[in-house]
Amino acid sequence: MYVAVKGGEKAIDAAHAWLAEERRGPVDVAELSVDQIKGQLKLAVNRVMAEGSLYDPDLAALAIKQARGDMIEAIFLIRAYRTTLPRIGGSAPVDTESMSCDRRVSATFKDAPGGQVLGPTFDYTHRLLDFKLAADGDVPNAPERQSDDSSKPHIMSYLDREGLIQPEPEGAESPPDLTREPLELPADRALRLQSLTRADEGFILGMAYSTQRGYARNHAFVAELRIGTCAVEMYIPELGFAIEIGEVELTECETVNQFQGSKTEPPQFTRGYGLVFGMSERKAISMALIDRALRWEELGEDNLGAPAQDEEFVLYHADNIQATGFLEHIKLPHYVDFQSELELIRKLRREAMGCNQQQEAAE
Amino acid sequence: MDGSSDPNAARKAWLSVLSKAPATDLANLWTKAGYDPAHEVLRAPEIGAVMVRGRAGAVGAPFNLGEMTVTRCSIRLASGEVGHGYVQGRDKNHATQAALADALMQTVDAMDVDASIIAPLRKAAEQRRATRGAKAAATKVDFFTMVRGED
Repeated sequence: MYVAVKGGEKAIDAAHAWLAEERRGPVDVAELSVDQIKGQLKLAVNRVMAEGSLYDPDLAALAIKQARGDMIEAIFLIRAYRTTLPRIGGSAPVDTESMSCDRRVSATFKDAPGGQVLGPTFDYTHRLLDFKLAADGDVPNAPERQSDDSSKPHIMSYLDREGLIQPEPEGAESPPDLTREPLELPADRALRLQSLTRADEGFILGMAYSTQRGYARNHAFVAELRIGTCAVEMYIPELGFAIEIGEVELTECETVNQFQGSKTEPPQFTRGYGLVFGMSERKAISMALIDRALRWEELGEDNLGAPAQDEEFVLYHADNIQATGFLEHIKLPHYVDFQSELELIRKLRREAMGCNQQQEAAE
Repeated sequence: MDGSSDPNAARKAWLSVLSKAPATDLANLWTKAGYDPAHEVLRAPEIGAVMVRGRAGAVGAPFNLGEMTVTRCSIRLASGEVGHGYVQGRDKNHATQAALADALMQTVDAMDVDASIIAPLRKAAEQRRATRGAKAAATKVDFFTMVRGED
C-alpha cells in the first residue's frame, strides 16, 4: 500500500546536489564530454540505444553521462525520453542484405561468397590488460586494403535455394507494436522479436545459454553474423515516394538449427533470428537462440518445460526497465504496510505466548 | 534504386544525401555557399521518432526493431517551390537547411546547389564508406591449407 507522506524535501535536494557532485568526480580531472562517450565508449552507447529502443548516439551518450555509467539507469532515461517524441511513421523493413558490413562471419561455410570479414572484433585478443591504455598513446592507423566491393549475400539464401531451410512466411506490413499496445500472450513472432531486441542483454544471454546447456536444446550453428550500417527508408506522404531518412548500425545473427521433418515434409533445417541496434553480437546471438526456442509450437516440437520455451516467462521478465521498476520500488517507504505487519506479528505472539502462559498456569 | 525508370530518382537521391549527412557538414557548406532564399515555413522543424522495422529471418514477416530520432521541416520558396527536409537526429537547423536545399534543387539554381552542397556531402559520405570498406577488407581472412604429407 502507498500512502503519501510529506517531508524529506530538503534531504532529497541535498541528496541530488551530492549526486551531481559525485557524478562530476574529482574536479582536478578533466570532465568527460558526451562526444568522448559517443566516440570511445561506443559499445555502451550501443547497448543503451538497443535496450532504450531509440537509435540516437548523442542521447544515449548523454544518458550514460547522466547515469554515471549505470546502464539500466541510462536506458531508463532513454525510455522516458522516447515517450515524449511524436511518432512520425514507420520505416520500410531494413534490407540487411545490402548492409555495408564492417564484420561478416559464417561458422557454417568457410568459403562463403563475400568472404569472412573479421572487422574490429575482440575475438582472438588474449584478454590481457593493456597497460599502455592507462597512459596516453597514439594509435597507429588500421591497415586498409582495396575493397573488392563483392556483394555479401545472406548465407541462408543458399540453403533456401536448395530447400534445405524452412522458408520464412510473409507477415503483416504493419507489425504489432508493444510500445503502443500492452504485450499480450500468445505473442506472434513479430512481437517476440520486438520484445527480444529491446530485452536486457544479461537476461537473454542467460536464457540463451540455458538452451545450450540442455534446457530445450536446439543445437544452433551461426550461419551468419554481420555488423554494419543499413539505410532506413520511409514512405513520405507529402512526396509520394520513399526516401532514405538515415542509417543505423545493426548486428544481425542468423542461426541454422537442428532439422526436423514431418509426414508431409522432408527434413529441413530451421532458423533463429537476431537483429539488434548497434554492434552487439552477444545480444544478437542470444536473441537468435531464444527466438528459435520460443518457436517450438509452430515447428511442432515438444514442450519440454524449459524456461526458454516459456513465452510468458521470457517475455515478461526480459525488460530491465519493468523489472528494475518493480524490484526497486520495494526500497521506497512502506511504513504503513510494515506497521500493520508489525502489529499483526505482535498480536500473534501475544496470543501464542498468552496461550502458553495460560497452559502453564493450568498445569 | 533503378535511376533510369524512376522519375523521382534524382530527388530521392539528393534527399537521401541530405538526411544522412552530419548536421555540421551541411551547416558549414550552407554558410560557405551563402544561400538565404526568401521562403515561408509550411511545417516548423519538428523532432519525432520513426519506428525502424526489420524482417524475421531477414526476408520474412516485418517486426518493429526500435525507433530512431528524425527531424522534419517543410518550406515554400517565394518563387513557389516546396521543399521537404527529413533528417536523422534532432537538429532543427539540419532539417530546415535540408528543406531549403530540396526546394532550391527544384529551381534554376539546381546546378549551383548541387555543386556547392549535394555533391560535397555525397563525396564525403562515399569517402567515409570507402575508408570503412577498406579497413574491413583488410580484416578479410585469406584461408590457406597447409600441405599435408600423406605418403
